[in-house]
Amino acid sequence: MSGGETLRAVFLPLVDAAPLIIAAELGFAAEEGIELELQKAPSWSVARDLIALRQVELAHLLAPIPVASQLRLGGNAVPLCAVMVMSVNGTVIGLSNALAGRLRAVGHPFDFADARAAGQALLAVAERPLRIGVPFPFSMHAELVRFWLEAIAPGASGRHLVKTVPPPRMSEAISAGEIDMFCVGEPWGSITVENGTGELLLPGCAIWSFAPEKVLSVREDWATDHPDRVGRAVRALWRAGRWLANPSNHTAASEILARARYLDLPADVVDRALSGRLTISNRGEVRSVPGFVEFHEGAATFPWRSQAAWIGQGLARRTSLPVGPATEAAKAAFRSDIYRRAMAGTGALLPGASEKVEGAVTRETSVASESGALVLCPDGFFDGTVFDPSFAD
Amino acid sequence: MSERLNIVVVEKDPDRARMIVDGLLELGDHKIHIISEETALARNVAERKPDIVLIDLTNPSRDTLEELAIATSPLERPVAIFVDRSDRQLTRAAIEAGVSAYVVGGLQPERLHPILDAAITRFHMFHRMRTELAATKRALEERKTIDRAKGILMKARGLDEEGAYALLRKAAMDQGKKVIQVAEALVTASELLS
Repeated sequence: MSGGETLRAVFLPLVDAAPLIIAAELGFAAEEGIELELQKAPSWSVARDLIALRQVELAHLLAPIPVASQLRLGGNAVPLCAVMVMSVNGTVIGLSNALAGRLRAVGHPFDFADARAAGQALLAVAERPLRIGVPFPFSMHAELVRFWLEAIAPGASGRHLVKTVPPPRMSEAISAGEIDMFCVGEPWGSITVENGTGELLLPGCAIWSFAPEKVLSVREDWATDHPDRVGRAVRALWRAGRWLANPSNHTAASEILARARYLDLPADVVDRALSGRLTISNRGEVRSVPGFVEFHEGAATFPWRSQAAWIGQGLARRTSLPVGPATEAAKAAFRSDIYRRAMAGTGALLPGASEKVEGAVTRETSVASESGALVLCPDGFFDGTVFDPSFAD
Repeated sequence: MSERLNIVVVEKDPDRARMIVDGLLELGDHKIHIISEETALARNVAERKPDIVLIDLTNPSRDTLEELAIATSPLERPVAIFVDRSDRQLTRAAIEAGVSAYVVGGLQPERLHPILDAAITRFHMFHRMRTELAATKRALEERKTIDRAKGILMKARGLDEEGAYALLRKAAMDQGKKVIQVAEALVTASELLS
């Protein structure tokens, strides 16, 4: 593949970096006439800085990072935007062995599904404020954990301590007693189980069944100046996502992701997330989670402005920003307009609207699309509430 | 120099930490505190109320420091930036050296620059020393192996030291290998045969 235009991209060693890695490895980027030069980052702040400081063009970022940048929160707050959602779901909530033991003692079944029962049991056995590790202050992990606790017991998210622990340190932090539980992206939850330092309680999708997890992010000004390059990148990753959605490709994908220059971890641990079959304890209990991580189905890669608004509302509430204006400003982080332009004419099904009432799709539903029947996957919150981006306050 | 700056250096490696501190002290009588523990990092940093936090770019715990940027009130929220964005060259130099700086509170750029320059210089110097040390160690190891290989040849072929080395070098040239590779192969083979 010579003559291709080189785009530099940064990623973190996580299963959900797969679309970027697969696009580079299996020729989806080359089909679009681009060469992806991938660079592994040690932390989210470094990935964000590399893109903000123009050291790379594309970044695999936590969905809330571009939203935070639009709200001028965090370091290096250069306006970033998400031009597509790279993955939906894919996180797990895990407990220290001690906390898991207390839950088992009160008869919690560890069904890995019922977020309300798990949350109620957890808050009932917690003797002191829980210390909960998340990968980054601006992360779906932090948003999901706060939303979950708050919905079960109003005020709970303020009583417990959500703190940042880099994913590769999560297992160590929980065994050292720095944290009681965590929410983290795979494979780091499975690594904790492998190390025997913790057990898994819930998949993130038990809290919000269709949560935008990682996005393909670019600088806002770069997106404006280079619409053609953005389009090529989006199409290459979309095709990689479609390839990843085929179960018969999971073994090959795991082998590629496991390589030293990417995740540098055992392929069988990587495979658990892709196949949705997770080992939740070191006693070998396995739970199956359909749609554990989604790269394609249900218009997974479409960046709904309402998703950005939901994230913006959460960020505004805990940083004392005015919630209404912040929620509105957050929408600018998810560029459904750019995604539409990139995917126009490819045959991909594009929804007619760019916002939806989040949480309203309770079962697979056909909706209006620009060309044919698009089926949306359930996007419900565990507590049955809905989020209407037009009425945020 | 106006009043002392309060600088926190997050660094696990004691040698590297000492070098950075020495570099910073050359600039003036600053108050410097080293944090080598990653437990409760954000709280420890916040308690020191630093003007600047210096941390290795490759340290994943840098993400923990982002918590400094998200205090509950916008007024309390310190300005946390990774080097001064206005200076592209300084930015690039810092990235290449692997240093990130959090500037807490509106510190003047003219006060930040010398600090960062010093940190960058020290990061480079440390890296060079590590590389040189590794190269020296490797050279020593190689010499030991070559000496053993020479010894084996001297004994087996009745050669003197010079003759043994010449034979090693000729074998290496014939096979398009390095002398050390041939020596390693010979040492391994002789260990297996003995």
